[in-house]
Amino acid sequence: MTKFVSICIQTLTLGSLYALIALGYTLVYGILRFINFAHSDVVTFGAWIAFVVAGALGWAGTGSPVFAMPVILALAMGAAALLGFSIERLAYRPLRRAPRLNVLITAIGVSLLLQNAGQLDYLFGTQPQRMPRLLSEAPLFTIADVRVPTVDVVLVLLAAVLVVALQWLVFRTKLGRSMRAVSWNDQTAALMGIPVDRVVSITFMIGSAMAAAGGVLYGLKYRQLNQTADAVWVLLGLKAFVAAVVGGIGNVRGAVGGAFLLAGVEMFAAAYRTPQLRDVYVFGVLIAVLLFLPAGLFGKATVEKV
Amino acid sequence: MAEAASAPRPVASPGFGGAVARSLWPILVGFALAYAIQMALAPMLPDFYGKLLVDIGIAIVLGVSLGIVNGFAGQFSLGHAGFMAIGGYTAAAIVYYGSIKLFGTKAIYGGSLGPGELLLLAGCIAGGLLAAAAGWLVGLPSLRLSGDYLAIVTLGFGEIVRVLLQQTDDVVVAQAKAEATDWWRLLDNLGGGLGFIGGPRYIDAKNPFWVWLVVVVVCLVAYRMKYSNRGRQLLAVRENEIAAEAMGIRTTRAKVSAFMWSAFFAGVGGGLYAHELGNSLRPADLGFQKSIDIVIIVVLGGMGSISGVCIAAVAVTLLPEVFRSFSEYRMIVYALALILMMILRPQGLLGVKELWEVEWRDVGRSIGALPAWLGRAPGRAVAWLGGVGRDLARLPARVVSVFTGRDPDDEEGDA
Amino acid sequence: MTAPALAARGLSKSFGGLKAVDALTIDVPHGALYGLIGPNGAGKTTVFNLLTGVYTPDAGTVSVGGALMTGKKPSDIARAGMVRTFQNIRLFGDLTVLDNVRIAAGVRARAGMFRSLLRTPLYLREEAEIRARSRHLLDVLGIGHRADEVAKSLPYGDQRRLEIARALATQPKVLLLDEPVAGMNTGEKQAMRGLIQLLREQFDVSILLIEHDMGLVMDICEHITVIDHGVTIAQGEPAAIQSDPAVIEAYLGVPDDLAAADQEGG
Repeated sequence: MTKFVSICIQTLTLGSLYALIALGYTLVYGILRFINFAHSDVVTFGAWIAFVVAGALGWAGTGSPVFAMPVILALAMGAAALLGFSIERLAYRPLRRAPRLNVLITAIGVSLLLQNAGQLDYLFGTQPQRMPRLLSEAPLFTIADVRVPTVDVVLVLLAAVLVVALQWLVFRTKLGRSMRAVSWNDQTAALMGIPVDRVVSITFMIGSAMAAAGGVLYGLKYRQLNQTADAVWVLLGLKAFVAAVVGGIGNVRGAVGGAFLLAGVEMFAAAYRTPQLRDVYVFGVLIAVLLFLPAGLFGKATVEKV
Repeated sequence: MAEAASAPRPVASPGFGGAVARSLWPILVGFALAYAIQMALAPMLPDFYGKLLVDIGIAIVLGVSLGIVNGFAGQFSLGHAGFMAIGGYTAAAIVYYGSIKLFGTKAIYGGSLGPGELLLLAGCIAGGLLAAAAGWLVGLPSLRLSGDYLAIVTLGFGEIVRVLLQQTDDVVVAQAKAEATDWWRLLDNLGGGLGFIGGPRYIDAKNPFWVWLVVVVVCLVAYRMKYSNRGRQLLAVRENEIAAEAMGIRTTRAKVSAFMWSAFFAGVGGGLYAHELGNSLRPADLGFQKSIDIVIIVVLGGMGSISGVCIAAVAVTLLPEVFRSFSEYRMIVYALALILMMILRPQGLLGVKELWEVEWRDVGRSIGALPAWLGRAPGRAVAWLGGVGRDLARLPARVVSVFTGRDPDDEEGDA
Repeated sequence: MTAPALAARGLSKSFGGLKAVDALTIDVPHGALYGLIGPNGAGKTTVFNLLTGVYTPDAGTVSVGGALMTGKKPSDIARAGMVRTFQNIRLFGDLTVLDNVRIAAGVRARAGMFRSLLRTPLYLREEAEIRARSRHLLDVLGIGHRADEVAKSLPYGDQRRLEIARALATQPKVLLLDEPVAGMNTGEKQAMRGLIQLLREQFDVSILLIEHDMGLVMDICEHITVIDHGVTIAQGEPAAIQSDPAVIEAYLGVPDDLAAADQEGG
């Protein structure tokens, strides 16, 4: 019982993390119909920027003030939003009308650039680092003998707040209506007077900010910051992407559902089956979904225009 | 190269022997060529260059094989190293354990074209077949959907292969123990995270024969594929999938077939790689990074051009040797090259064309226009970055405007 | 009585509550030239997408020469003998004109990948036959002299001809032409009209033609169906259609040139 509850809680935390990252994939795919390969690197940069900011503000040691975490988080999200904006503006926008393969390759190029530029000595360097302990790992409360650390609670709550905010943004605001219009058909949207470029830019910024939040929380929870080109980050982004596909890519609520489903599969399989093969289970789910439900569990089938 | 198929001359019945000769003569030429490289060229080269020659050959095999699925069929695979790993480990297991079981030694056995090398050949082919089977397994679900999915699924596939290989047990080093164990039990002894160590190395600076024979075969296959009816169907899928389907081409089947051929030769290339002196066959070396290296070769050389990919394979193998001191910038340069190539010349160096199809007059004209273009480039770059800067400056107002509905710069359209 | 070359029965399709095509029934007899007309947004291209399997109909059936096609994939329908052209031209742009036609001409070739790679006698025979047939088609369509040019570099009118050549190369029994004269001037339209009539005689093919330009259809088609907002409003011979009040009303207030400028999407 204890084990089960503990895994449920871990699923909840990991799922929240995946959800934050998956939303960026799904937003961009929903609007531009392409996979932003550099998204996982924005996650990485978010985490590393938080690390650098924490160091610069002198909060790297213990005993940092309570408001340290929100400040760092906000700065990292802001910086990542600018990064996302620049990526779209510099690399993707010139290719808006290009074949998808070219855009995909560009995205991989951007991803490689970020990964390897991040390892330069005057950026983040080639050594893994440890994220400062900004949130207590002491248990906040106990459920069925399972101690729940503060960091997990903050992670889940923050993710919930951001997801709800995004929901509101997409379905209740003028911006959200513009986004949905562009996602439906960008040329028609442009004819209707919607500033498509701007909507795309802002979508990238929102997605990147959420990715950075994911990155920072990942850093706070797991503490280990691998170098920017490390496969750990690629894998993290990849699983979040799988979550987006499983939930039905382009579908905001689906991404959240997919994230928790995937986290559940990963955690329970790791706990009750072979822990080393957790990634294999995740991709097993992906292939099964692609085979039997190509539009994802929550569905967003897109008919190609003829 | 032969033009036999595209010429409209009537095909007289040449008899069985004639048909076989027409079908296979390039293989014989390739055999002779590889043999000449082995006997004449390799002995003359210092070991450093000899190894480069082998490395170039393997890069060509991997690049051209990826070109089949990426260049011809227009599908994007990020798991080429995964197929390479499957082929490499299969071949390594067959050669290492096979040598012990068959020849009673784990060292190099037999001379040139001797039993040991034939075992290598068998291992490579088996590795290729297994890789092709894996390609079928991965390709069937993802190739039914749009191209992006293949990229993601193959990326995941490569990681799975890596993880699975890391879970395997140590290589059985003691010969007596390996002899005593059933062969199928040995399939789990692939070295885990340490890699498959201790196998015989049939390929080195002085022995490039097998690599270059495979180079000839893979180039021949790619060439004949590209200029055949089936190959043109692949190109059609790449050019316009909806039209291809509407003309009666079974697009999924065509894509899966291209994917399997690509995986087959990746597997064979992996088998060669595994038996080259100085290479370690470790899961970590055959991960995402390796796949990207191969993608870069194809994208730079030209998606759909066999000769372009060969040129890029040579360049990408040699450049790091030339710029050794800049190794930390190597990937940054590649990344920038990819992005700029997509923005400025999306079809790659040669595009779909082969070296001998290029209109050199056009090339001359392009080179002639280069100085003027370079002269304008700084100005344009400044304007481009200026546009970005202006957009950034306007950003806060715009973000606000999206919520309020008022437009701060309605009078001027977006650049 | 043999089955018609193409028969659609009660074909319906809606998109999100909007009925794009509603209970369409048409019979294209063997060797006929059949016109499907309607104002813009009437659902004409959707009909083609339903016939060729791009969309699955919500209700109704499609059969070619009596064989049921409903639910089959576009490639299988093309192989069964019904091919189309595209209103928004979809050529294999970076390939040569000859290759565009050869791809379609080789769809039913028996030599698979292994035989192609080994260049067996069967493969060489088929390859020569494909090439000869493609050349011949290009000559018939009047673009033989452009065989080695890259398809996307052709002038607009020739791209339309190439689309038709490519469709014919699959040796169809039914040919669906989606607005073959869209964007053409009067002279080009005349030439295309002659060509369509020639095709029917030379290739033993039944043709279903989509147009919003009434003139052309009235001139060359023996049977016409008029649809508007997915609903069939008239069916019959040109003379009867021309005087049908429902048709006149559907077209009233839609100036022809305005309609031509604003092409139907979907």
